[in-house]
This record gives sequence, C-alpha cells and structure tokens, in this order.
Amino acid sequence: MNQKYVLSLTVRDRPGVLVRVAGLFARRAYNIESLSVAQTEVPGISRTTFVVTGDESSIEQVEKQLQKIINVLKVINHSEAKYVDRELMLIKVAVTSLDERTELRQIAADFRAKIVDVHQNALIFELTGDEGKVEAFIEQMRPFGIIELIRTGKVALTRSAEDPKVKKSVLAAKAA
Amino acid sequence: MTGSEVLLKALELEGVNLVFGHPGGAIMPVYDALYDSSIKHVLVRHEQGGAHMADAYYRASGKVGVCFATSGPGATNLVTGLATAHMDSSAVVAITGNVPLSLIGTDAFQEADVYGITGPVTKHNYLVKDVNDLPRVVKEAFYIASSGRPGPVLIDIPKDIQNATFTGTFEVEIDLPGYKPTIKGHAGQIKKAAEALRAAKRPIMIVGGGSQSAADQVVSFVDKTGLPVITTLMGIGAYPAASDNWLGMPGMHGTVTANKAITSCDLILAAGIRFDDRVTGKVSTFAKQATVVHIDIDPAEISKLVEAHVPVVGDLKDILPRLEKELNKLELSDWWTQLNEWKSNYPERFNREGKTLGSQEVIRMFYEATEGKCVVTTEVGQHQMFAARLFPTHKARTWITSGGLGTMGFGLPAAIGAAFARPGETVICIAGDGSIQMNIQELATLYKHQLPVIIAICNNGVLGMVRQWQEMFHHERFSEVMLADSNPDFAKLAEAYGIAGYNVFDRETAKKLIPELLAKGKPAVVNFVVYPSEKVFPMIPSGAGVEDMIIGDQEPEYDYDTDIYGEKELA
Repeated sequence: MNQKYVLSLTVRDRPGVLVRVAGLFARRAYNIESLSVAQTEVPGISRTTFVVTGDESSIEQVEKQLQKIINVLKVINHSEAKYVDRELMLIKVAVTSLDERTELRQIAADFRAKIVDVHQNALIFELTGDEGKVEAFIEQMRPFGIIELIRTGKVALTRSAEDPKVKKSVLAAKAA
Repeated sequence: MTGSEVLLKALELEGVNLVFGHPGGAIMPVYDALYDSSIKHVLVRHEQGGAHMADAYYRASGKVGVCFATSGPGATNLVTGLATAHMDSSAVVAITGNVPLSLIGTDAFQEADVYGITGPVTKHNYLVKDVNDLPRVVKEAFYIASSGRPGPVLIDIPKDIQNATFTGTFEVEIDLPGYKPTIKGHAGQIKKAAEALRAAKRPIMIVGGGSQSAADQVVSFVDKTGLPVITTLMGIGAYPAASDNWLGMPGMHGTVTANKAITSCDLILAAGIRFDDRVTGKVSTFAKQATVVHIDIDPAEISKLVEAHVPVVGDLKDILPRLEKELNKLELSDWWTQLNEWKSNYPERFNREGKTLGSQEVIRMFYEATEGKCVVTTEVGQHQMFAARLFPTHKARTWITSGGLGTMGFGLPAAIGAAFARPGETVICIAGDGSIQMNIQELATLYKHQLPVIIAICNNGVLGMVRQWQEMFHHERFSEVMLADSNPDFAKLAEAYGIAGYNVFDRETAKKLIPELLAKGKPAVVNFVVYPSEKVFPMIPSGAGVEDMIIGDQEPEYDYDTDIYGEKELA
C-alpha cells in the first residue's frame, strides 16, 4: 500500500550525488513529493529531506540502495522514530479592501504568520509549521485570492529522546 | 607533467599494464602520452568491444580491467559494456575523454553528457575538473571498482584537463567517508548460520558470481561439510562441475536435480548470489519450505527478493572459513540418497544421433575434448544455456558469460579479454549466429593479437531462444527470427579477417576438427550448421514457479526418434 515516507540523507557536496539519489527514487517508481537541500554545520556536508510516496515493502530496499551511493553518508527513515518536521511557506494574497486587510492580519496573527511584504493590492506572509498548519493556512487564504505561493518542502530531525547516542557524543565534545 | 601523463602514471601505480581502447578527438592527449608509455594498448574496433574485453579481463584474472574511449559516440558506445559489468559485478575502470570544460554544456562536436548517462550503469563515476585531482580520483576509482561488491567506475576527463600542467602530488589518500564495505562477517550471525545448518536435514548450498573470488573457500567448505552444491550461471567454475557434490545450475533452464533439490530442501545456504528472477521463477513460491541463510557482501541484496532468515553480510573469504570451523561433516545420507536418485534418473541427455547436427551435441564435443579444462565464454541465447549445462568448467574465473544483462555480442570480445588475462590457456567462445554478429568486428582485434580463441558458432539460422518462446508460448508465430536467408558465409568471413574459418555440416567432421583446433592454439571460427528447432530443456516458463518446470527432452523416457520437440523444418 502506498504511503508517505520522510527520509533524511546526509551527503557530501559532490556533483552528481543528488542526480544519483533522484535517479534511484525514479527507478523504484517512488514519487518525490518534496525535497529540500542545504548545508549543515559541517562544511562540505549537506542534508536533504525527502518526502516520498511508495509502498512499505520496498522502502527498506530503497534505504539500502541509497546507502550504497558512494557520497551518501547516512540515511534516516523518520518513520522508525519520533521526529519533528517543519516547512516554510511564502504566500502572496490579493487585498482589495481595508476590511480584507484587517481580516487577513487577524488570521495571520492566529497562525503566527509574519507579514514580510506590503503592497496596496497584496500582502506576502511567511509561515512555518508542519504540513497540517501550512495547508490550513492556504485554505484560509484561498477565498481572498492566492496570487502565488512557494513552499520549501519538509525538513525533519529525529527527536532527541529517540537518539541519545548522538546527544552524548556532542556533549562529550563540548566538555572536552 | 600534463594531465594525460599523470593519468598514465596513476594507472601504472595501480598496476595497470594493459588497456583496451579506441582513440578519438577528445582523448588524443592521452593517446599521445600513451605513445611513450609502457602500458600496452589493444586497439578495439568498437568501444563496446573494449568495455567487454576489460570486463572479461577482470572476470578471468581478478585484476581490474581498463578501457579508453573518446567523448560523445565513443563514450555512449561504452554504455552497454558498463551496464553488463554493473549487472555482473565486474571491476572495470573506464576512462573517457570529453570536450574542454569551457565547451561542456554547449552541444559541442562529439559532446554527450557522459557523466549523466553513465550514472545508472556504474558503481560510481567522476567528471574531473581539476588536473591535480587526477591521482586521487584514479586511486579511488580502482578502490571502489575492486572492493566490496565490485563494479564499473567511469572517469570522464575534459580535453583541457588532459593538457593542463600538473602541480599536485601522487602522495594522495582515498577520501571516501561514505563508502565502507563490510568485509568481516558478524560472529553472532555466523553462529546462527552454523546452528541452522546443523539442524537441517536437507540443506543445499547455492554459489553465485560472488563466489568466483572465494572458490578455494567454497571447495574447502564443501569438502568439510559434505553439502550438495548448485552453481548459478554466474557461479559456474567456482565449484568444480561434475564432481560428486555438484547438482548443476538452478532456475529457468537449470537441471532437474538442482530444481527438485530447491523445492525439497529445508535449508538454502546462499553464497554470493542475488536470487535473480531467472533463478527463482515466481518468487512467492520459491523454496517457501526452506530456511534461507544468505551470505553476501552487499547488504542491499539481503531480503531484496527472497527473505533471508539468517543474513550474514561480508566477504565469503572471511565468512566461509569461520563457518567451516563451527561445523563438522553433516549427516546427510538420506538426503544424498534422494539427490543421487534424481541425478541418475535425470542425467544430461540430448540427441547424439539426429539426422542433422545439434547445438547440444557440438557443445558437448568441446567439453569432451577439453574435459572442461579451458576458459569458456558465451554469447547470449540458447547456446549459452546449453553451454551452462553441457560445457561447465572446474576452476573459478574460467566460465565467463553475460548473466545479468544478457548482452548479445559479449562472447567474442570477452574471449579476447579472457585470453589476455590468462595467457597460455585456450579460450572457447560458444556463440550463436545471431549474437556473434553483434560484435563481429572484433575478429580484427583477435587476428592482430593471434590469441588462442576458438569461436564455435552454433548456427541454427534463427534467433533460437526467441524462436523457442514463439513455438511454445506464441502459437508458433515465428515473428522476425529468421537469419538463415541472409547470414554471411562465416568461414569466408573469418578468412576475410585472416582467421581460419570452417563450415561444418556433419558430426564426423566436427569430431575430427575440434581436437585439431585445440592442438593448434590459433584463432579459429567454426560455423557448425545445426537444426533450428532444438530447444533448451528443462524450462520454467517466465513468471512460473520452479514446481512448474517443463522437463521436455530431459525426461528419462523421452524418445528422440519420435521427437515432438525435435527437428522440424525451418519455419
């Protein structure tokens, strides 16, 4: 049965590594729903978070195949432990009246979204949150007229309580 | 030093003394440096041939094979060869020239995205952008290709990098933090494997391509435990064929005994195999009754297709001797009674007295003349399956075939690569009239180097394996399999290349000629004209289970004179 998986990969910043990763998902008929990549605290190492839809029986196989890619350092399947995830959205919404502007400001405050750009006919909001919150906000904005929006895709970290070993190693480094 | 000189020196540091290749515009600086190099270069007539030669060179010797090609079409011609090596886990390092960095991405003359194209068919690949990276890249490429589960690695070098002045050092370290193959098997898992083996009443061992580098350990393990051994297509030679413990090949065209053993065993010790669909048939019914102990160096092969109850990840060379220590001779006399009954009920059989010569008969003549003490390469098709059954060898790295990708056109260049890897040994390439024409240009390479390669073409005038499926599963609708109406005269063709060529139509001539050619040790092409309707049996139809095996003419009562599977007119 198809379901969503959140996978995090730490990779070396080498050309081609993302092509190999994406190619692997494509070959196994996994649909990449979102993908975010950025540098980590270690120079030369990036972390990517993938949200993919696929069936359970082959997710383990995909993890193993990902691990085989020479420049992939670590593969984390977040469905195996509790994790926190967030995504960031910028959304541009049409404003035609003062009433609308007031109403929009109120909804934004409820969602703790920030206004990052103001124009006489439009506002841009910045919102972070999990998928549910982001989607709820989009639904609230829809009646006003969404001009355009962009989402970063999910980023995820395993909860600290689920990963005590790593925590200890960092604490040890701090003490030293 | 220029980048090209650095490349050649880096190759020498890896112990390379032989390269298969074809020059062209974007790799000319490398060929210029080669002019003064001690590295021997074999000029191939098509880059695919070069890739297969490098692949077979590794398979036959255990030393990484190297091939060169130019940019664009030169590099794309390598792709089938790289995919073949990738599927069969063969250590190849391919070096391609590319257009200068400034022209990459501009649709320059003979430019192709080789780095992008070869990604899915290599274990790893590089596009070199700094000449000073070359020593490290070459060192890493050889390490990646030959360690863990072997595979091909491609290094793409733009022309300006080949010409650039080197200011770096050869004192470089491998820098691969994401690549740590598991070599040593887990002690606890080895203990579990031993327990499972001790408890088993009807165990079998299946050895595959991964055991070609651990043949001594396989033989020692079997001697100690007394296990019955099945060799997959890729495992032939890793355990001596025809010895008492050998049951033959499993799967679609496996022996009756091997397949019956798989359906009746209570434990499979799988060593260096990946449970290909041609071995398992329908996976959902494959050996459901058996405990599976799976030893493999690639963790991704564990439970990929067949669930492993006791997985052991690591190198067979490490694991088998340790497992052997945990075990004594297993008490298997009842099981052996059963196995030996099957073996005697289903001996290898084929028609030796048909009206016309048959492929199986010809292939068996080579086995009888050599006793399997030679190197065998095959093309792909019926002759390949016949050879697996009737012409196995007894030593590791002496039976070379395109098992995973099933590349027609592999056998002739592979024979050349194997002959370079094993000087002094006769190489016999079992071919079909279809396959041989896919890389026939390499006869020129064979002529030039006068290698002891005998090419035995089983010429049935059709694409025999396709024809067999059409006869059995497509209502005898023989769509586009006819070759006989336009085949060349293979003997004349060989002679045009300067190689001795023979057309053979009858068994007396065949029986006389084969030992003569073996004694000569010169290149030869023998075109055996055989009948077209011969079929490979046993056969498990595609998608069916091992229990659905069609035994066909391997049935003990099968009468070749009333031959339902026999000599029909050419369709």
